[in-house]
Amino acid sequence: MGTKIGQRTYQFSEDIYIHSYATVVGRKEYSGPLAAGFDYHFADNLHGEASWEKAEQKMQQYALELALSKGSLDPSVLDFFLGGDLLNQIIATTFTARNLTSPFLGLYGACSTFAEGLFLAACLIDGGFAQYTAVNASSHHDSVERQLRYPTEMGVQRLMTAQWTATAAGSYILGRQTSPFRITQAVPGRVVDMGISDNNDMGSAMAPAAADTIAAYLTDTKDEKLPDLIITGDLGVLGGQICLKLLLNQGWDVKNIYNDCGILLYTTEQDTHSGGSGSGCSAAVLGAYCLPRLEVKQLNKVLLVGTGALLSPASTQQGETIPCIAHGIVIESR
Amino acid sequence: MNNTFFQNQRSRESLLSQLKTMSESKIAQLKNDLQKEHISLIAAQANAPRREQKNYDTLILHNEQQMKIVNDYQHTQYQRLIASDAPKKPIVKNTLRAFLVGGLICVIAQLVMNFLTINTTLETKTISGLASVSIIVLTAILTGLGIYDEIGRFGGAGSMVPISGFANSIVSAAMEFKREGMVYGIGAKIFTVAGPVILYGTVASVLIGLIAYLGA
Repeated sequence: MGTKIGQRTYQFSEDIYIHSYATVVGRKEYSGPLAAGFDYHFADNLHGEASWEKAEQKMQQYALELALSKGSLDPSVLDFFLGGDLLNQIIATTFTARNLTSPFLGLYGACSTFAEGLFLAACLIDGGFAQYTAVNASSHHDSVERQLRYPTEMGVQRLMTAQWTATAAGSYILGRQTSPFRITQAVPGRVVDMGISDNNDMGSAMAPAAADTIAAYLTDTKDEKLPDLIITGDLGVLGGQICLKLLLNQGWDVKNIYNDCGILLYTTEQDTHSGGSGSGCSAAVLGAYCLPRLEVKQLNKVLLVGTGALLSPASTQQGETIPCIAHGIVIESR
Repeated sequence: MNNTFFQNQRSRESLLSQLKTMSESKIAQLKNDLQKEHISLIAAQANAPRREQKNYDTLILHNEQQMKIVNDYQHTQYQRLIASDAPKKPIVKNTLRAFLVGGLICVIAQLVMNFLTINTTLETKTISGLASVSIIVLTAILTGLGIYDEIGRFGGAGSMVPISGFANSIVSAAMEFKREGMVYGIGAKIFTVAGPVILYGTVASVLIGLIAYLGA
């Protein structure tokens, strides 16, 4: 059973592992610097489907199937399937679940959904409720754009603070069997709203939530060795800069061990402005960037901080500010 | 009971006026107090006899206003902190590009007009209409081919302000919602972006028509 250390950090028992995982990305992501790390890519954003929503569902399904295959597992061994995405009523995930026989728990934490899922899956296993639990998360650039912003073929000039929703899906199967990746600790986030209402500037909106979670973790574990890498989900260039500033104001200088999934996913030539975003972003980058480095012990301890902006098109139009959240999860090499 | 709440809120006023001098933990404490007070107020209102419930409305409203003052203060502080981080908007570059693209679109329309004036016997009014129509058709084709959004990304307002921007917003919406069907998709959503222009354009033309009519 897990224990609580300090104010907000949870320590899991010794044996929760990422048994296997797989990532599926779109064309733009496959043209980025992490291409070699992905398991599968779609040559275009439809992949032969009739709509972007259907294509996103396929990405999730492929990711799950690849993760099962890489882990040599039968779908029937999954005690739970957890997951979420950015579509209304999380249909990419629920429609993936309808092919499964395991119990399903749908999650929504915007782009923090993936980290939220890892935390809950680890809790389920730690509590003895599950042997194997799958966690899925996805996002699709076009399906999100049409829902939150403008039609994709509309000629709009994106702002410098804007981020690019990633077309990506990840599936992670957690279990008790030994693997190179051990989930050891977690810091579930709380909702922080610092009054940003511009939905083209999610980085500034989410940075305080990320800083809050990271500071809580660092305070709770101040006697332990620092992580080798603190990686936020999708703060982007601007959000990352602000997050580091907020942490520095509280006395934590983590500049040298900090990075962001949204920044790693693309090159600057790919014209994403402030970097990538989306619930699939951290799921894809963890698998393509962090885990391979943990496997060869180039990294030993990674704090993944999934960041989410909890807004909706209606709240934006009604002039509401953006409540944000960040969940931290610690993955160590064995 | 009500009086205690009232007194508490009164005495808090002075605290709220000196937020600047307070430490972060003091402010957190203040928010905590406000939250607790809100809980007590709602509970008291729920438990009060029905005819007295209204008495709590002002107190609750006042509590929420005080919370808003603290939140607004924190928001301004954050805005101030991050003001220097925001990337500079490339105004000069964007203005130049908008000038180029917008100008080019108008030049194309002018070429169409010149061509028709020289080669046909049509009236000027008809010719200018045809020029607009050709820009609309051209934009529709470019949008369909997936080129216009690139022009828009480059040209910004320069591609949005001419009639081509209007055409692009309608065609792109039609393309986008095709998958939801002819009625609920294209039919219902085609004017999602252009709708306000059509509505207020119509309203404005009616007003101007009225003015012209009254003036004549």
